[in-house]
Amino acid sequence: MFAVQFRRDWLCLMRSRDEAVNPLVFLFLATTLFAIAFGGDPRQLAELAPAIVWALVLLANLLSLEALFRRDLEDGTLEQLLLLAEPPFAAVLGKVAVQWCVSGAAMAVLAPVAALLLNLPAAALPALMLGLLLGTPALSLIGAVGAALTVGLRGGGVLLALLLLPLHLPVLVFGVSAVLDTMAGVGAAAQFYWLAAISAAALTLAPFAATAALRISVEQS
Amino acid sequence: MTLKQFWHRLGSPKWFFHMSGPWQGAFAVLAVLLLLTGMTWGLAFAPPDYQQGNSFRIIYVHVPAAVLAQSVYLTLGVAGVLLLVWRMKMAQLVLENLVGFGAWMTALALFTGAVWGKPTWGTWWVFDGRTTSTLVLLFLYFGLYALRQAIPSREAAGRACALLAVVGVINIPVIKYSVEWWTTLHQGATFKLTEAPAMPASMWAPLLVNVLGAYCLFAANLIAKLRTAILRQEPGAAWVRDWAAGEVRP
Repeated sequence: MFAVQFRRDWLCLMRSRDEAVNPLVFLFLATTLFAIAFGGDPRQLAELAPAIVWALVLLANLLSLEALFRRDLEDGTLEQLLLLAEPPFAAVLGKVAVQWCVSGAAMAVLAPVAALLLNLPAAALPALMLGLLLGTPALSLIGAVGAALTVGLRGGGVLLALLLLPLHLPVLVFGVSAVLDTMAGVGAAAQFYWLAAISAAALTLAPFAATAALRISVEQS
Repeated sequence: MTLKQFWHRLGSPKWFFHMSGPWQGAFAVLAVLLLLTGMTWGLAFAPPDYQQGNSFRIIYVHVPAAVLAQSVYLTLGVAGVLLLVWRMKMAQLVLENLVGFGAWMTALALFTGAVWGKPTWGTWWVFDGRTTSTLVLLFLYFGLYALRQAIPSREAAGRACALLAVVGVINIPVIKYSVEWWTTLHQGATFKLTEAPAMPASMWAPLLVNVLGAYCLFAANLIAKLRTAILRQEPGAAWVRDWAAGEVRP
């Protein structure tokens, strides 16, 4: 079920590539915006770079979460998915996995480029990448619960941000402090363990919550 | 009556309405007595702090509000579980009627904290561990409120809010420890279950009275709102008409 759902969502995504590319475009546009707004002073930017990149990844992820279930709700696929005899756990996980590939894994690969624009020292790049790889699954998984709750609601975007940003705070805190500690020459193992732990907990719990939320959303629409 | 029976009956709005009349009065009287005693004692008779002088007295409002802010969210989480698992009708009413109170208590805790922070820390606001986690708590309340407003069907809104409250309760400890670890300027909790407070008894005793009074206020407020909500929900029911006519048949 996971593989089937993954392949289907991946195909859909590849056929509407703008949706896949949008979060990445947002990441680079907003990074440039920050660099210009801060006057382009390299030293100042280097200090702020981890915070800016992590916050932008969070927001970019939010952007793509909004569309996670919307099309499936509109064309009725979601209802069929919930009617299957098999529990939708694996299918939900498959959808989130595709979303994560685009706005988690791709971010982790490309965020260092954005960080270099902001003059982050190269020595801190591995910490940024590792933090993003460990932390973004939690963003996508917890995000899926919020997306499932707000799918089909008017003004869902702002509501989604209001629901999710407080819940994403720990990931942001640990992710940024991992990069800062690495820059300061202190080890950041604790933060990486934390990020991995949050993601692992989200992986086991969030699909259940997302399924329950989808049932609520589908029943009322 | 066994606990199981009690639990079962608590799910019935009618039974709750008949039973809770006296409870509401008792909690309201207790709240007024405790809060009046605690406030007068704390504001007029407790000794001033050796460092902060009289400005520390805002603790008598700040701590009860902050304690309630967290307790109310926990209550919402418990109600969320009850609604999702057992579809208890009263749990839905709790979820609908408690969010505003919790948000106000959180706002009060933040406001009194800011008023106290200005003379003591020299600033209205610092992004420190405990202030930040309280601010996040306020956003969680806003989220619950906004989600309920956004969903037109009452039943779906109740269950969606229940789910969100449960997710929030699971997340609160993580949020709390992440931001506390991040940076901390705020002093530790005044009351801990495991050790005696560092304050003298003449200072913490009125605080304890105020905290208990605040919990009674919480209970009285919740019961009053639930009773109103029950009446509004079943305006035409036979038992409501009987009750309004003065003959109570529990």
